[in-house]
Amino acid sequence: MAFRTAASFARRMMSTSTVRSSEMSFTFGGPNAIFYSGASVKQVDVPSFSGAFGILPNHVPTLAVLKPGVVTVYEEDGSTKKFFVSSGSVSINEDASVQILAEEAHKVEDIDAAAARDLVAKAQAKVAATSDEVAKAEAMIELEVGEALVAASA
Amino acid sequence: MLSQTKQLIPVLAVQCQQQRGMANLKAIGLRLKSVKNIQKITQSMKMVSAAKYARAERDLKAARPLGNAAQSFYEKAEVAAESKDAPKELYIAMTSDRGLAGAVHTSICKTIRAELAEKANTDNIKIVCVGDKSRAFFQRWNRNNILMVGSEIGRLPPQFGDASKVANAILTSGYEFDSGKMLYNKYNSVVSYTTTTIPIFSQETVSNADKISVYDSLDADVIQSYMEYSLASLIYYAMKEGACSEQSSRMTAMDNSSKNAGEMIDKLTITFNRTRQAVITGELIEIISGAAAL
Repeated sequence: MAFRTAASFARRMMSTSTVRSSEMSFTFGGPNAIFYSGASVKQVDVPSFSGAFGILPNHVPTLAVLKPGVVTVYEEDGSTKKFFVSSGSVSINEDASVQILAEEAHKVEDIDAAAARDLVAKAQAKVAATSDEVAKAEAMIELEVGEALVAASA
Repeated sequence: MLSQTKQLIPVLAVQCQQQRGMANLKAIGLRLKSVKNIQKITQSMKMVSAAKYARAERDLKAARPLGNAAQSFYEKAEVAAESKDAPKELYIAMTSDRGLAGAVHTSICKTIRAELAEKANTDNIKIVCVGDKSRAFFQRWNRNNILMVGSEIGRLPPQFGDASKVANAILTSGYEFDSGKMLYNKYNSVVSYTTTTIPIFSQETVSNADKISVYDSLDADVIQSYMEYSLASLIYYAMKEGACSEQSSRMTAMDNSSKNAGEMIDKLTITFNRTRQAVITGELIEIISGAAAL
């Protein structure tokens, strides 16, 4: 019995793809700091413009654009770490490697809630004040980042 | 009278030689002072470069994973520029404004010039000069191929904002390129760097890549956003590598310069002392012969 289950177990493990492991090679960082480089983690939740989604090892390859928000990393030992990202890109490749390149990435513990609220207030004022399309779009982006900061620091 | 003139002539000759000796002495003294100044300057430049290099190397350690990550998508998706009849090409030369850094700028510029020389028709090729040094180079050889120039580079350490400015300028320049190459100096160690190329692809090339169908739920918007951001990331990475290579190369160049100046100072000091002694000897001879004439 045990011999048969072992054989069926082995058959299930074989797949047609090139690389199949239960780990992902996770690289996450921004120009200001690198948090993970080729590390192996259990799961990563990312906020993207096409919706927030979680990445497990061997996720189907895809590309995504980051929205201002919180990236949650579930590490191998069970602990979770949260990072705020302002924008950037996500790429998951065929060999199960994940790269999250953020424009700015900071630990949520480092966010100053009062300064974030300040930023939101200023951005709201800017959105109301400007009429030029490009400036208005930039002010709305500031507002989005500020609101996400406030939400993350809460 | 004849005997008097005979005695006068040696004195005159000695006087002329003395004046010549004095002139030489002053000239050598001037040269010695100037070479000593140069040695001081190059030594201080070396110290400054060493400090900037230490910081640049630290920054590079943080930036390397980003650069590798940004390149990995293109490698893993096996994006390859398809061969066209007359592809529009773009070269990005990552140099800086400041010289006295050894061969960092010229190695990049010469590589680009050699590639251009191999091509039959250079009308479809444009160069983006990041840094005044590459602009000066290409203005002499390929003036018509310069698309745009980035200045004020090299004074401060590069930031992501600078890279995104360059990326933005390239993307909004209106030049639709099919394939591109970014040349930068990849830092190996304090004494060595390598001029490396990173390929830049157009959106069309990426959409037609072999393995792109493996990637799930991709639309043109996502690809475009991804490519814009990765261009900025790659430029940032190249700027960081280039800055580190430049500072280490400048440090080496200034160190060599100080050593050479030191050697020159030694040789000049010996010549100076010899000349000085010759002048003194001449004066003594003059005095003695003058006293003997009495």
